[in-house]
Amino acid sequence: MSLARVGRPSRPETAYAQASAETGHGLVQDEPLIFELGGWDKTGVDLPDEAAPLDDLRGLTRAEPLRLPGLSEPEAVRHYVRLSQKNHAIDLAIYPLGSCTMKHNPRLDEKVARFAGFADIHPLQPISTVQGALALMNELARWLTTLTGMPAVALSPKAGAHGELCGLLAIRAALEAGGDARKTVLVPTSAHGTNPATAALAGYGVVEIAQTDDGRVDLADLKDKLHDDVAAVMVTNPNTCGLFERDVLEIARLTHGAGAYFYCDGANFNAIVGRVRPGDLGVDAMHINLHKTFSTPHGGGGPGAGPVVLSEALARFAPTPWLVSGPTGFHLLEHAVGVAAAALGRMCAFHGQMGMYVRALAYMKSHGADGLRQVAEDAVLNANYIKARLGGALSVAYPEGPCMHEALFDDAWLEDTGIATLDFAKALIDEGFHPMTMYFPLVAHGAMLIEPTETESRRELDRFCDAVLRLAEAAKAHDVERFKGAPFRAPLRRLDETLAARKPRLRWTPPEASSAD
Amino acid sequence: MRYLPLTPDDRRDMLSVIGAPDVDSLFRDVPESARLKRLVDLPPHAGELEVERDLARLAARNRAAGAGPFFCGAGAYRHHVPASVDHLIQRSEFLTSYTPYQPEIAQGTLQSLFEFQTQVAALTGLPVANASMYDGSTACAEAVMMAARVTQRKRAVLSGGVHPHYDEAAHTLAHSAGIETVRLPAAIADEAAVIDAIDADTACVVVQTPNLFGTVTDVTRIAEAARAAGALTIVVTTEAVAFGLLKSPGEMGADIAVAEGASIGVGLNFGGPYVGLFACREQLVRQMPGRLAGETVDAAGERGFVLTLSTREQHIRRDKATSNICTNSGLCALAFTIHLSLLGGTGLAKLAEINHARARRLRDALVNLDGVEVLTPRFFNEFAVRLTADAAETVNSLAARNILAGVPVSRLDPGAGMDDVLLVCATETTTDDDIAAFASALAEELA
Amino acid sequence: MKFSKDHEWVSLDGDVATVGITAYAADQLGDVVFVELPVAGKTVKAGDGLAVVESVKAASDVYAPVSGEVTAANPALGDNPETVNDQPEKAGWFVKLKVADPTELDGLMDRTAYEDYLKSL
Repeated sequence: MSLARVGRPSRPETAYAQASAETGHGLVQDEPLIFELGGWDKTGVDLPDEAAPLDDLRGLTRAEPLRLPGLSEPEAVRHYVRLSQKNHAIDLAIYPLGSCTMKHNPRLDEKVARFAGFADIHPLQPISTVQGALALMNELARWLTTLTGMPAVALSPKAGAHGELCGLLAIRAALEAGGDARKTVLVPTSAHGTNPATAALAGYGVVEIAQTDDGRVDLADLKDKLHDDVAAVMVTNPNTCGLFERDVLEIARLTHGAGAYFYCDGANFNAIVGRVRPGDLGVDAMHINLHKTFSTPHGGGGPGAGPVVLSEALARFAPTPWLVSGPTGFHLLEHAVGVAAAALGRMCAFHGQMGMYVRALAYMKSHGADGLRQVAEDAVLNANYIKARLGGALSVAYPEGPCMHEALFDDAWLEDTGIATLDFAKALIDEGFHPMTMYFPLVAHGAMLIEPTETESRRELDRFCDAVLRLAEAAKAHDVERFKGAPFRAPLRRLDETLAARKPRLRWTPPEASSAD
Repeated sequence: MRYLPLTPDDRRDMLSVIGAPDVDSLFRDVPESARLKRLVDLPPHAGELEVERDLARLAARNRAAGAGPFFCGAGAYRHHVPASVDHLIQRSEFLTSYTPYQPEIAQGTLQSLFEFQTQVAALTGLPVANASMYDGSTACAEAVMMAARVTQRKRAVLSGGVHPHYDEAAHTLAHSAGIETVRLPAAIADEAAVIDAIDADTACVVVQTPNLFGTVTDVTRIAEAARAAGALTIVVTTEAVAFGLLKSPGEMGADIAVAEGASIGVGLNFGGPYVGLFACREQLVRQMPGRLAGETVDAAGERGFVLTLSTREQHIRRDKATSNICTNSGLCALAFTIHLSLLGGTGLAKLAEINHARARRLRDALVNLDGVEVLTPRFFNEFAVRLTADAAETVNSLAARNILAGVPVSRLDPGAGMDDVLLVCATETTTDDDIAAFASALAEELA
Repeated sequence: MKFSKDHEWVSLDGDVATVGITAYAADQLGDVVFVELPVAGKTVKAGDGLAVVESVKAASDVYAPVSGEVTAANPALGDNPETVNDQPEKAGWFVKLKVADPTELDGLMDRTAYEDYLKSL
């Protein structure tokens, strides 16, 4: 069997379960589910009494009334505010999740996205009534293509992975148009899981490229695997180890030489924005996570947006709709006919994530060409500062040379302490910090990936580094108790993920029904 | 620069801690030829006032739906969202948190997702719902892929009442996987044709109700025919408010229900961000795309919630994952959940009835106009009308009179031969004055 | 009982082989939460994917150590996947195979050889 040992501990160790018996969490309240608050016959929305005759819908209406509780506004507000208090957030402290780019979300962006002229317009209104929205999309496209040095952009993909799919489908369309359908996509071992998953979804087989000892694509292995069946090479740059692919120009040359396309995962574009244009690196397609580089809020897991910049060779395969300008203003080509005849189809209904376009454009205009370059510089500076401050105590996975926007450590330094990366991460919670990304990328054993972003002050960076160093000292002093049972001070203690997976309970059921399970 | 905390002194000091002479040296791995020596050709940074003014100018060039009579639907519906919803989703702890990978400090997000899943399960009448997809159309495309995995078949039949964008999004995704999507000709209702199109190679039938033309269909017979052929039934709903009144997909025998949830809590947003609802039968859960929140206990025995059944997902299964989705539509799902927690079952049912009542009033106002024929026999809150004029031209003329009259079918499906068909919609936001203004203006246009 | 380098075990009774994963493998995986098993009637060649065993954070392919036709999959693992951790080499068996060629077992290790092999890892 393929022994995947990444099954890190997934339930609390019983020996430490009782180490803390704290019951209260200060002002953070225990809060039941809305289904346990009553209100089954109530509603918190005042609606006019306007009973409709339902004769048209005879036999088509619900047999039984919908059973969902309704709360008055004070109850609902209290419920969700209480829940919110159980979350960590970038507004509370550094949120150093490597590869996730948790930076401050400007509130201006929230304000302008809520202008009725953006938030309250329908995607299928007559084009003449949405010229401002189309002008905004056009301006966003200009910023994105200028910053990347690429000729075209498809705005509609709804998130990074959706953008990857769009890029690979454009590559597929281009190859098929040339009568050269290919079957394989090459992906480095350190890639985000979305890369191989996307390649498979796009109908390709996935072959992994090895990595060198200094954390980069192994050119020899790439050469070996680049044959005439390879459709694309997908490389994240800067990569998931937080390193710039030094040989990127050679990767592009080899890829193109084999008749394949060079897809760049742009998840880490924030490290180079304003300083490096992917178009100058030979990239054919790259998605941009607006929710990373251009700081639209992550919102607990979305929504994001994943526009894809495309090279000249791929531009005509971009998905519909296309935004074009003419003498009477902007138009949308919504069907794959006429000049858009080669379009690969539609990625989603309508025109993509307008709400995110507004926020991202406000962010870009606020920063400008100079501010965006400073964003990259400060992000890289902050990451190298963390690497320098922690490098002595932790083990840097690839010590040679500077890192880019994130610093990768492995768990070699924890050897013989009896403490795993997971324990260390959970102990950080007790210090008031969100843990770093752990166990990713897989190429570093027990990986800890720290991305501070440019919006952290030096004071906050020092506060974080001091806490990590304090904990590192405790770990090296074998203070196992502090780690194995952690967190002790969070709203909840370590959760039993094994139980959740073995006996899935994926919705609330009334007590009488659940006793029958 | 108001968003960047580091001062020049900080930067200098930090460089000395790092032991680097300057910031350029940190970028030394970038090939010399690719290092930009100058700023890119874009404007310099700007203050809040300037940026806000700039964007306000663009916003002013759009006709907001609320700025006059408005009758557009066709996959996106205008509803009132209570003020508290937007207030709550702007709480820092919801707005500025990440995917809940550390459950001990993300219970707010996880519990609200668990509430969301429970609500979606109740609405769709199916036992398992995921923590959201990007939108209804991508949820539909993923459902087709899932049906192909479950049945090991490669043919999907789509009713001619399915929203054309949904059909196209499904086709885009399925095509590369070698799955054929067969869309039946556009039709106000096509139950018999759908049943006829099911064969032994069919992985799934995709039926929308209310459909593009507003037609409400009882999918039971289609689902029975599909089951008999070993195919799955996917029921699509683009107007989530309809769940308050109409039979649920589960009640009608659906295996998978997908829906656009933006009607509840999210708003129009020119088409995005929205929130895709995805629910299915229990036995299919391991083939589902997307995240799932599940209940468990912590080390002290307290109830808590975690992301679970993650081995389906890309970060673990990589090229064998059920989908590549990572970021989903978390904050929109939260908005949906809060709005629905305010409405409750009784509130949503009442809201749905009001929608139906307003649409009936709209029909009554249009049905007697010369040059207007109502095509949809049984509808919820939108229906199709045939005009004696080109629908797109009529819409443009009415827009010039500040009336957004609906969506011409030709915009969505130019090949349908329905250039004279207009889709019109009324919701609780539609007033009698709006309806009267529309009817009289339309009468004038058609005269 | 015979063992493969991929940590599957086989126990032959007549021409029916019972297949599972070794105690070592079960321990390395951590808590098993789900086992995806083949349906009876499926034929497999030695080295083919036979099942997938999942922990919370990983999915591992289990390969057929010998060729044959699946005659039964362990029904107990559906509700109680923890059996794989508790009794990996007994009640936690995965599949019964009607063996095509019993001599294939000769290429596998006995317990002593497997234990030596584990020490070498």
